[in-house]
Amino acid sequence: MPKDDGIGAATVRREDVRFLTGRGRYSDDIKAYGECAAVFARSNVANGTIKSINTDVAATMPGVLAIFTGEDFVEVGGNPAGWLINSRDGEPMKEPKRPVLAHGKVRHVGDAYAAVIAETAAQGRDAVEALEVEIEEHAAVINMKDALAGTNYVHDEIGTNQCFDWGWIEDNRAATDAAIKGAHHVTTLELVNNRLVPNAIEPRCSIGDYNPGTGDYTLQTTSQNPHMTRLLISAFVLGIPENKLTVIAPDVGGGFGSKIYHYGEEALVLAAAKKLGRTVKWTSDRSEAFLTDAHGRDHVTKIELALDDKGNFLAFRTETLANVGAYLSNFSTVTPTFLHGTLMAGNYTVPLVYVNMKTVFTNTAPVDAYRGAGRPEATFSLERVIDMAAREIGRDPIELRRQNFIKPDQYPFASAAGLEYDSGNYDALMDQMEKVSDKTGFAARRAESEAKGLLRGFGVNAYVEACGIAPSNLVGILGARVGLYDAATVRVNATGNLSVMVGAHSHGQGHETVFPQIVANMLGIDAASIDIVHGDTSKIPFGMGTYGSRSLAVCGSAVVRATEKIIAKAIKIAAHMLEAEASDVDFSDGTFSVKGTNKSVSFGEVALKAYIPHDYPIDMIEPGLEETAFYDPANFTYPSGAYCCEVEVDPETGKVRVDRMTAVDDFGNVINPMIVTGQVHGGLGQGIGQALVEQTTYDDDGQLLSASYMDYAMPRADDLPFYVVDHSQSTICTHNPLGAKGCGEAGAIGSPPTVVNAVIDAMQSGGKNITHIDMPMTPHRVWTAMNNAQ
Amino acid sequence: MMTTVTMTVNGKSVSETVEGRTLLSTLLRDDLRLTGTHIGCDTSQCGACVVHVNGKAVKSCTMFAIEAQGAEVSTIEGQANADGSLNVIQQAFQDHHGLQCGFCTPGMVMTTASLLKENPKPTEAEVRTYLEGNICRCTGYHNIVKAIMAASGQDVSSIAAEQLIS
Repeated sequence: MPKDDGIGAATVRREDVRFLTGRGRYSDDIKAYGECAAVFARSNVANGTIKSINTDVAATMPGVLAIFTGEDFVEVGGNPAGWLINSRDGEPMKEPKRPVLAHGKVRHVGDAYAAVIAETAAQGRDAVEALEVEIEEHAAVINMKDALAGTNYVHDEIGTNQCFDWGWIEDNRAATDAAIKGAHHVTTLELVNNRLVPNAIEPRCSIGDYNPGTGDYTLQTTSQNPHMTRLLISAFVLGIPENKLTVIAPDVGGGFGSKIYHYGEEALVLAAAKKLGRTVKWTSDRSEAFLTDAHGRDHVTKIELALDDKGNFLAFRTETLANVGAYLSNFSTVTPTFLHGTLMAGNYTVPLVYVNMKTVFTNTAPVDAYRGAGRPEATFSLERVIDMAAREIGRDPIELRRQNFIKPDQYPFASAAGLEYDSGNYDALMDQMEKVSDKTGFAARRAESEAKGLLRGFGVNAYVEACGIAPSNLVGILGARVGLYDAATVRVNATGNLSVMVGAHSHGQGHETVFPQIVANMLGIDAASIDIVHGDTSKIPFGMGTYGSRSLAVCGSAVVRATEKIIAKAIKIAAHMLEAEASDVDFSDGTFSVKGTNKSVSFGEVALKAYIPHDYPIDMIEPGLEETAFYDPANFTYPSGAYCCEVEVDPETGKVRVDRMTAVDDFGNVINPMIVTGQVHGGLGQGIGQALVEQTTYDDDGQLLSASYMDYAMPRADDLPFYVVDHSQSTICTHNPLGAKGCGEAGAIGSPPTVVNAVIDAMQSGGKNITHIDMPMTPHRVWTAMNNAQ
Repeated sequence: MMTTVTMTVNGKSVSETVEGRTLLSTLLRDDLRLTGTHIGCDTSQCGACVVHVNGKAVKSCTMFAIEAQGAEVSTIEGQANADGSLNVIQQAFQDHHGLQCGFCTPGMVMTTASLLKENPKPTEAEVRTYLEGNICRCTGYHNIVKAIMAASGQDVSSIAAEQLIS
């Protein structure tokens, strides 16, 4: 039975108190004695040759301490891609160097080519204005098709704008082509997965410090994975010995992927701190965030679905161009490939899948994983083409999906895209979605909308995704340059309370509340006596951090394993205290007891004995009670869901309003339903934002037109409805100790196609033969589509 | 050009010498070390920096410190009850999970205080409209709207479509 603060309890979050009272500690809140400020000089052209940078005047400006240019970093390493992808012909991907500061050429608007260190940020900004810089501007490479066809290269030294041309599964290519050629019906759709800016509300911030007396560096930074940042800086970029660099991510105000990656600003503040012997701080403003944080999505895809005469799916085939921007960010090569292509069988028994993915360098900001990372793009393509196919062959979109669903008795199921799904029940999710959304009431609601002169549409979606990244052996074979386990240390203190050090790092997910729930459940003690330590490489074991909905499934599993080791040792200590054999000692509800007797000791007494080992079998059991576990998952986890929404469209203006949104998800075991529901809400908000309002626009010269909250439409409260979220139809993950699958990205994966499908349904109900509208479905786009349609 | 500015912040008189271009948010964060007021944008859109000046919600990134000369300023650090416990709005945000990363939260709480002063029982639509100047990227707003309505004393279980967990 779960304790009231254990597994399954909707415990309120302990971290909330500091956030609600202004006592959070985000990076920019930290102020060191004698700190100075770094300010970056950034390119205002998308593609240019740096002819000269004259720092003479700027160097004499008030408060200026030092000026760095790309010249200062030619001897150090580049910021690498974390995953090596090979093209279909076996050629390794093109991997141009990504320097700390641009040298020779600037490659996107916002590319930093110099940095001024000054007493204050205001003085630094004044000095940046005084730099005399000559940059010869070249034509920008922006459009992906043009980039592949032309000879104007983002990186001259590689002689192409194509990073790689990847096929998945290459051995199935001919069979897929044949299946499509011979099919009874083929539905073809060309679509755009619009480019997004993650927009964590906390801008990035990095503070570098160096102690000349010890040679120790410290970086405080907005990171989702401090150990990975340390490894990248140590092993690849600056070459600082790992043991001489501490990376600390304090409270982090949202990330959504954008704070996974190592950025040049982090290396710069460390190098500057060493040169000056001062603490050097850089805080991004929002304009810099738009220009330099890794963007998301940006796929242009052609997808084909082949069906037989009964509506069975025979094959999916896609050709996609994916933008990687000007430089390869750390996860930029795995996101469009193994986090995307492997999901292109969806929830279906389809026998053949072939994905062709060409990634393209352009003179734009780097593009990398953003909430969902490749899976939203896969789900969007699949669920749009299935909806279109249903219309073309006159089938109900839900029934067509159900006909092709993997059935509960088919698990484990080897998907045609190369994954082994361990569990799921897609029909049950669809049943529950139809029920809780009151689908049967839709006709009446449509009539009400029509009476007001509005069109109403119903859209549906089914998704499966892969979380809990990832089995190290598998990803190693696929090109990963790191392992993807996680780690936890459980330290029982002498007085019986606990500190749990974890490799995962919360940037809003509530780990400080959730991980103690797990340990409390296992040890039968109050969660309030358990604290989480995270975000500081000098305190935590080497874990890989938080992204890909992995924290619970991977790091939570490490917490379980470490706690199991604690229990195993504590039983031995208790056996000694109780003068019994360990095999005769039971542990439950925080008490060790000897079977068949009334002899017992409490968890707290055992903890005290471990640290004050008088009358203790020191030759058989070490003192202390602290255990570490690394957990490497056996497989990905496979959350799935069935979503629907109802939209109202005003035909006069093209304005779309999401009226009802229902998300029924299978996340496996849920530890804290309040937090899980909140994660879904957030994903839905971002997914609806992508579908309706968010658009990143570069003009032909590579100027980012949507570079502020005046120009980039962030969803506001009145753009969004209340959501119905349901977790009642869960199946358990079969291969991790928590049975948990992961919930962080689902909402952003499931909602965009749901909204588009609903809008198309509304168009059709209005007699408009519109089969697709690209996201974001702004009033202008919808109105134009309606006016151009017959 | 340095100017001395004097104001009351969270009931305490403060006096600081600042540059003319110093923003109120900078004075609060850097000089007074009240870092609960956050900076999330540079165009007065996100609302993470909302404080009250003479009882009105103001984006402190858009006001010079010297413009608050003599004013009564209150920030997120001054919102808890006298005994340190969460006030009604703060408690509702915790109870209804109206925050995740916490970065927009101080602005949300300060804006809510202002809303409920003007409109003690706002409808869902009124809440959503009032939040126009406060951006949250984590919550999809569901639990923020719910928390605000709960803080106003309304029964949110009958308002918000809710999760069904069995």
